[in-house]
Amino acid sequence: MKKTTSPAQSGSIQATPSSSDKRDLPADLASDLNAIDPGRRRALLAGLGAAGGAAAAGLMAPGRAMADPANLPPNVAEWSQVLGPGVDAFPYGMPSKYEKTVIRRYVEWLTATPESSINFTPLYALDGIVTPNGLCFERHHGGAAEVVPQDYRLMINGMVDRPLVFTLDDLKRFPPESRFHFLECAANGGMEWRGAQLNGVQFTHGMVHCVQYTGVSLRRLLEEAGVKPKAKWLMVEGGDSAGMNRTLPLDKALDDCMIAYSMNGERLRTEQGYPARLVVPGFEGNMWVKWIRRIEVGDGAYMAREETSKYTDLMPDGRARRFTWEMDAKSVITSPCPELPCKQKGPQVIKGLAWSGRGKIARVDVTVDGGRNWHQARLEEPIMSKCLTRFYLDGWEWNGDPAYLQSRAIDETGYVQPEMAALQAVRGVNSIYHNNAIQTWRINPTGEVENVRLA
Amino acid sequence: MSVWRNPMKRLTIAAGAAAVLVFAASGAQAGERMFPALGKIATPEQIKAWDIDVRPDGAGAPAGSGTAAKGEPIYIEKCAACHGDFGEARGRYPVLVGGHDTLKDQRPEKTIGSYWPYASTVFDYIKRAMPFGEAQTLTDDEVYALTAFLLNMNDVIDSDFVLDASTIGKVEMPNGDKFFEDPRPDAQPVKVADLCMKDCKPEVKVIGRAKIIDVTPDKGGAKAKAAAKAAEASAPAADAAPAAAQVAAAPAGDPEAGKKVFRKCMACHNVDKAKNKIGPSLQGVMGRTAGTVDGFKYSNAFQAAKDQGLKWTDENLAAFVAKPKDFVKDKIGADKGRTRMAFAGLRKEKEIEDLIAYIKEASGE
Ligand code: HEC
Ligand code: HEC
Repeated sequence: MKKTTSPAQSGSIQATPSSSDKRDLPADLASDLNAIDPGRRRALLAGLGAAGGAAAAGLMAPGRAMADPANLPPNVAEWSQVLGPGVDAFPYGMPSKYEKTVIRRYVEWLTATPESSINFTPLYALDGIVTPNGLCFERHHGGAAEVVPQDYRLMINGMVDRPLVFTLDDLKRFPPESRFHFLECAANGGMEWRGAQLNGVQFTHGMVHCVQYTGVSLRRLLEEAGVKPKAKWLMVEGGDSAGMNRTLPLDKALDDCMIAYSMNGERLRTEQGYPARLVVPGFEGNMWVKWIRRIEVGDGAYMAREETSKYTDLMPDGRARRFTWEMDAKSVITSPCPELPCKQKGPQVIKGLAWSGRGKIARVDVTVDGGRNWHQARLEEPIMSKCLTRFYLDGWEWNGDPAYLQSRAIDETGYVQPEMAALQAVRGVNSIYHNNAIQTWRINPTGEVENVRLA
Repeated sequence: MSVWRNPMKRLTIAAGAAAVLVFAASGAQAGERMFPALGKIATPEQIKAWDIDVRPDGAGAPAGSGTAAKGEPIYIEKCAACHGDFGEARGRYPVLVGGHDTLKDQRPEKTIGSYWPYASTVFDYIKRAMPFGEAQTLTDDEVYALTAFLLNMNDVIDSDFVLDASTIGKVEMPNGDKFFEDPRPDAQPVKVADLCMKDCKPEVKVIGRAKIIDVTPDKGGAKAKAAAKAAEASAPAADAAPAAAQVAAAPAGDPEAGKKVFRKCMACHNVDKAKNKIGPSLQGVMGRTAGTVDGFKYSNAFQAAKDQGLKWTDENLAAFVAKPKDFVKDKIGADKGRTRMAFAGLRKEKEIEDLIAYIKEASGE
């Protein structure tokens, strides 16, 4: 591909949304996580006011400190001459102190209390497909339980030949399995249904992470208990103060689920369910019960709060979809993005992530002119099922004109990531969950990148 | 002699149904365990205590009963602080009542009455998760009564309707028939083979910009700031000596243990930042006059305490958290009204000592 010229579009940017739109928008996810009353929301927004404008600029800062000529050639840098910390300085290593802005962030106005809330993975700052453990986004319903490992128990009861209780040690003595999977919250992008709202890929797409899990196959544990022939459903339940519970179809449990005790080679982090969590590849994150304490085998669905009041998709006719488990194919460009502006004209590598809850990513297309022309991206190995896949578009030369970047994922089932208009045509704007629409980043002539919605 | 088994060789008769097993090599019988040494048989008492779920047909519903009339005072005492006296909610806590006929609106209000398809879910959820931060402290009778109260507030049942294991599966919810199975994949106007790659549309039109909506948090909220601060502080080894000295001089309570106790307060109080939750921030609470946090709306009782100049000494705080209601009655005056702090109290003296040690440390005294 040679020098793609983007059409000058600055003239076509439409009037900005009215102030009433502005007030209306942020309720979407809030109405899931917790209802937010309009009066209060208005006050919150007024308070946020102008501060939000600095958002992108504030996040752009990492590594942008002025270089010190004394460290640059032909001089010899200080660190080339003096001793650094010894091996006893950091028994558990941490990121470089120059990377301290690379952290999970949360949106304070979204929920009543941080113990039942969500934070976001800084996708813009990550390479490859693996999310570091400390940056995996969190969603809790009653805070992160601090389970004492010796006192951890997993019970399997209900329609089984023999109800069992396992210790953590028992779980680790079963033959292990290790697999890479993405985990996406069903509400990822939930705030973007009505329009472009949050100016950063961390906030629009950061409720996804991808790690290698190690654990024991759920099928194997169920076989130990002996599932009775009439059983069809499981109820999986956490040991946290929300007792978070969901219904899981037995077919899925016997297919590819596992009880994991490790992530990326080390034991689970507290906030990711230490010492053991459920892994439900491709399904919405809420079902991946953390601190799992009990599995009940039954012949009917349990209809817990998290699959009735929440995680059901309200349609325009007032009816609601339930059991919307698989996360459909989705992709997003992680560079450039609002946090990573285009610093210079000339060659740019467009980087992004794609994933599908129904299998492997087959293809990703990228456009730099808002969908007038598409180019097939380069997918990087490994490409694994129900796992993040890294893609790149090399060779684009940005000439300083406004550009509209989008990516479109296609998975091995032939499913094509839809535009928001196509989703809205079927689902309206109040369904909150399962937004996998194509994302647009506009590159302004200054190089600044912003989240925009195209017609 | 060692015995070898190949766990990978197990054959399972699949078909999504039950796991009926055949051992390829060992000749074990169907249904026999592969790893009998791992895991113990769960006892009936263990199962009874942990098996708390209730299904839509009422399966799993425990003994006991309750009515809305019985539920009201419990609700006012234990739930109204966050959900409001009428379920209308304070701040951003969930609204529990109302919202009828709003599901097709611009701003649908999803509540127990307007949205929830099953009454069992109300019981199941309250029993496992509420009150927030004091989960699984309610008796089954209380949960039945609270469920009945919330159903009654939503006009689903009468105030004398007796909710119990035999009736909970029969309650019909107003929105009960409005849920349907996931029909996806949807929104697929064009097949892969027909996707346009060149000259697909004449122009690009922007219809919305996040920059103008302007609600993106710029510094990532308090937690992000705290994390950045923690990252700045380094050289742990050098700090070890003074820390040890502090421990020696510290009072009886153990702040580490107190931090755990504070988890019972966390749902309603911050201690290390000025932000109010359902309760006032406890930053700098030790020694300060009661009822004086700026911007917090105290009960009449606490406004009276302020006028009386009541101070948060070790002694007063210990008495208050042990029995909040009695403390207000005895110290502030029975005629001054009730405290809005919906908290039963801490029973163990040791817990209270540890808690106070922690509050001193964390609240910046
Ligand atoms: C300290 C504040 C607090 C108190 C006290 C409290 N709740 Fe809650 N309640 C919450 C929060 C926060 C949530 C949402 C939790 C989540 O998002 O997972 C919630 C959720 C709920 C829900 C589900 C709402 C929905 O739409 O899904 C019900 C029902 C409920 N509470 C009932 C009660 C009852 C009954 C009590 C009293 C026994 C009570 N709550 C006490 C904070 C509180
Ligand atoms: C369900 C919510 C809730 C819980 C749980 C809770 N509090 Fe409170 N607390 C409140 C409210 C509301 C007030 C304001 C009381 C009033 O106005 O009557 C308060 C007031 C206080 C005050 C007085 C502060 C002042 O400004 O004068 C202290 C001290 C306090 N709480 C300590 C605690 C401690 C310690 C715990 C845990 C052991 C705790 N609270 C648990 C809601 C709660």
